Amino acid sequence: MSRFKKGDTVHVRTDYPQGHARAPYFTRGHQGHIEQITGPYPNAEELAYGRRGAQEPLYRVRFRQQALWPSYQGSPHDTLVADLYEHWLNPGDRS
Amino acid sequence: MSHEDSHKDHAKEHQHSHGHPHPQQPDSEDEPYSHEQVMATALEELLSDKGLIAAGDMSSALDYWASKTPADGARLVARCWTDPAFAQRVGENVNAAAAELDMDIGTTPVVAITNTPDLHNVLVCTLCSCYPIGLLGESPGWYKSRAYRSRVVSEPRVVLAEFGTQISDETEVRVHDSTADLRYIVIPMRPEGTEELSEGELAEIVTRDCMIGTALAKGLEE
Repeated sequence: MSRFKKGDTVHVRTDYPQGHARAPYFTRGHQGHIEQITGPYPNAEELAYGRRGAQEPLYRVRFRQQALWPSYQGSPHDTLVADLYEHWLNPGDRS
Repeated sequence: MSHEDSHKDHAKEHQHSHGHPHPQQPDSEDEPYSHEQVMATALEELLSDKGLIAAGDMSSALDYWASKTPADGARLVARCWTDPAFAQRVGENVNAAAAELDMDIGTTPVVAITNTPDLHNVLVCTLCSCYPIGLLGESPGWYKSRAYRSRVVSEPRVVLAEFGTQISDETEVRVHDSTADLRYIVIPMRPEGTEELSEGELAEIVTRDCMIGTALAKGLEE
């Protein structure tokens, strides 16, 4: 069962753990929308250490480029979609 | 001439009595093994010693991956352009749709993202180098470079322009960072003026870069 549904606003954890982390640094602390729910897949951060890896949903999360990069020079329409495991996401602010 | 005679002749040629030195050709083994090479060799030997892989497994796996080329991806795109029902099945499940064309693209799920006049898609893996090898073959060197991976997410239009690809500001540029269990393929837009082309001819205009999203498909006349 996935915690979020398509269209939900989510907030990527502002967290910088040691070791193998699979949330792109530039997405951390930012808000996006759930574009698609995929999985479940075993948590790759656990697999990297030879552990079994708990199954969790993997979300395709869409961000506005201007939100990710304050000095973004492209079109205001531009977006970025990153694949993020559920444990990296918290509910976002309604906006 | 016996093999031995031939060998002697060969040796004679290399006596270097003709007045100039022959520099040795540089070889990959001239440099000491890097840490990564030592670790890779140790891992392969360990897997072999424990009986987990047999002699030749590694080279046959490398041969399998080396046999993959962008031709399969191009064939899939050409079929999408000519068969809307197939394009819909590609949208639902690329791996199953590829199997209809007798392609073995592996079990890693591939997601197709389709370009439209309002949306241009481009692929990257910022955390490593995830790539749909089963459909597109080995990734180009630049796809794995730090420059591409860091710049295409923060200034995609600048990077696309360096590839000669101009996208109107009215069109959304969407970067897909493939960082986990999914791989992607971009279904480019069918160029104008290709209505008369056969499916095979269409496949020829679908380049690797248009399936990564750094290029647009161009008609034959361009």
